[in-house]
Amino acid sequence: MLKIKRVPTVVSNYQKDEAADEPVGCGRNCLGACCLNGARLPLYACKKLENPGTGEKIVIGCEAREPPVAFLESLVLGEWEDRFQRGLFRYDVTACETKVIPGKYGFVAQLNEGRHLKKRPTEFRVDKVLQSFDGNKFNFTKVGQEELLFQFEAGEDCEAQFFPCMPLDADNSPSVVAINVSPIEYGHVLLIPRVLDCLPQRIDHKSLLLALHMAAEAANPYFRLGYNSLGAFATINHLHFQAYYLAVPFPIEKAPSKKMITTVSGVKISELLSYPVRSLLFEGGSSMQDLSDTVSDACVCLQKNNIPFNILISDCGRQIFLMPQCYAEKQALGEVSPEVLETQVNPAVWEISGHMVLKRKEDYEGASEENAWRLLAEASLSEERFKEVNALIFEAIGCSNQEEELEGILVQQQHNPSGSLNRTHGGRITNGTASECLVLQ
Amino acid sequence: MSITQSSASLFSTTEEKEGTFNARYSLWIKEALDELPHSFTITDPFISGHPIVFASPGFLKMTGYSREEVIGRNGRAFQGPKTNRRSIMEIREAIREERPVQVSILNYRKSGSPFWMLFHMIPVFGNDDGRVIHFVAVQVPISGQKMRNGSGCSEMVFGSCRREVCLGSFVHQERALPVECDEQELENWEHCEASESEKLKSAEAVGSVLSVLTRYSEFAGRLVCGKRNCLRGADCLSSSLVISLGRIKQSFVLTNPCLPDMPIVYASDAFLTLTGYKRHEVLGQNCRFLSGVDTDSSVLYEMKECILKGQPCTVQILNYRKDKSTFWNLLHISPVRNASGKTAYFVGVQMEASCKDIESKELRPEPRQLSVVGAVRVAVRSSFMATC
Repeated sequence: MLKIKRVPTVVSNYQKDEAADEPVGCGRNCLGACCLNGARLPLYACKKLENPGTGEKIVIGCEAREPPVAFLESLVLGEWEDRFQRGLFRYDVTACETKVIPGKYGFVAQLNEGRHLKKRPTEFRVDKVLQSFDGNKFNFTKVGQEELLFQFEAGEDCEAQFFPCMPLDADNSPSVVAINVSPIEYGHVLLIPRVLDCLPQRIDHKSLLLALHMAAEAANPYFRLGYNSLGAFATINHLHFQAYYLAVPFPIEKAPSKKMITTVSGVKISELLSYPVRSLLFEGGSSMQDLSDTVSDACVCLQKNNIPFNILISDCGRQIFLMPQCYAEKQALGEVSPEVLETQVNPAVWEISGHMVLKRKEDYEGASEENAWRLLAEASLSEERFKEVNALIFEAIGCSNQEEELEGILVQQQHNPSGSLNRTHGGRITNGTASECLVLQ
Repeated sequence: MSITQSSASLFSTTEEKEGTFNARYSLWIKEALDELPHSFTITDPFISGHPIVFASPGFLKMTGYSREEVIGRNGRAFQGPKTNRRSIMEIREAIREERPVQVSILNYRKSGSPFWMLFHMIPVFGNDDGRVIHFVAVQVPISGQKMRNGSGCSEMVFGSCRREVCLGSFVHQERALPVECDEQELENWEHCEASESEKLKSAEAVGSVLSVLTRYSEFAGRLVCGKRNCLRGADCLSSSLVISLGRIKQSFVLTNPCLPDMPIVYASDAFLTLTGYKRHEVLGQNCRFLSGVDTDSSVLYEMKECILKGQPCTVQILNYRKDKSTFWNLLHISPVRNASGKTAYFVGVQMEASCKDIESKELRPEPRQLSVVGAVRVAVRSSFMATC
């Protein structure tokens, strides 16, 4: 069993040490059966989306007046500001100095001494990506309702709808957006799909699609969603995504990419070139569902194979980065360099994407692109391992693993009844049968 | 992207949008620009939505739109589902960082048909204040001859002599539009590299437009230039911050507590509509011009106290419009920090109340006011790109 010691980030004011016992029954206005009755929260049902980001305008069903900015943004930021002024956050993140590190990629560094508690580190098991939900540990049914901003669901209508005061009904399996009380940036929230169903931290098709909906609905390329699997620095084993605004490009979004494959549903999968963490980029697809399902299939495969990973949803849900990593494993085996360990930066999704929160002033003052690169490179899979993992993924999403050196590749759909070859753009045309296509590596 | 962006351009006419353009330059600027053969557009980042304020005849011919259909639109309107996301990001970032960019990108005509072009954009700076006055964008259609060669091979590494040979057959044809080819194919190209001559063309075009702008701005006594000649003043916001703030459709102002008498450095269109003032009348002024004889001075004192303490506050105050009429203003004020972590501005969000709320003990800001504050915080925090 591999374990590492680290101080978990506190995301809720009701979260205590993992080791401590939770007091039973309440008075805290949580989401447990004790307090749920009569709980109300605004509900935002986003519109049914056909194609990824066709740039449609939102028409609000029930709202009388126009919101000041695009609706979801208005709701997230307005509710967040309300909690901000009510003092629900552990610190004022806007008082934390931040800068873009000079360099080609523009890594973003923040000096934040208050984010990580000065507490005793707790043990985290890092060798199991799939772990069962444990109701005794902290989970999101234990948050105070004041930490919840609104319910969010994928609507069935062609228009988005907003209901300012909707009961929280367990039968509806509501998904909620909550604040992260240790925000990495202003507006940092958590998306918790089907919170009352107590799902463990693992990707499933429905939940990833919900996350994509949120990204698309926010309609702001600087509002991104992220996910950390267990073993890739997820703090809480209760299914959740994170999201916040930062109006600069993330380094990972600037990395050049090389197309590897296009699936039959039109999802283009590329690998990043010249980036410290070897990652895949998924985009396109004839619908958002196609894109979402392809990525979910890939994640399920990684989960089955016990490979920790992070996901970044960017560009309003049009681009999804999948980053398999091995930092925690390396750390547990004592293979991470001491200087990198000293920074106590855990390379989770935001760090890998290029946003680093540093707790020591000297690290912030001395932050450089080389340092950032070196730290993130520790999290990356090796070249060979990455190739192996890609092979697993491609098999799982129904593409045989054929790769051509220079150009795009032919995709043979094993389940295609006609048995014909699909030509992808950029690939060489062959008009032969399956036996003529390129062989597996 | 904002919900009300389209309705905003419905309400303000083409003339209004062009009006700000005319204000900067001397008479006949439009005629001079119209004489240029190139396809180009000029946008104004200081108008909400960063719209096009001038489109050349070449541009209209290339895209198939009329002038009225283009003025007031944002450049995004010409992109479509197959436009490469990375290229869009590159343009967006160049605007945000106020620097030039040259990128191949797929655009769509009015007819819906796609075409590849080389997009070359530069910022145009005010010589005296160093801020971005306009962005000039030139569009050069790319013939993409390479893409159609051979048996569909996407190999794009051509020796330079081969490139000449490919284009040789086109040299004598002065064509503004690329050769028609299978549109489906066009849309699916990952990339379409511009030739050296196409890149030269775009640079020439940019130079021509810039020299016309320079000449006519000089006549008007308010010179513009292609390079920033002085550091932007402290009372001048970056164009990217202005663009971000311009997306917020609500009455609000930003004031700078670090400048003497805490002047207004930004005022939204809705604020101007609410108060009846013009932008140049309020920028640089302290907000006290909104108060008048019947304004409760104890409320003013309360506001001052909160500002000194750096705390948010909500008050109900009697304010006066330019025409001297009064209105009850539910005003919410909050300090806003920038990337350094220090307070850089105060935001004041106004809401017209129908009548004075008698129990004004614990005033709470309205949800939409909080939304504005949140949006302003994000915009200010992120506007920390160093420009030199």
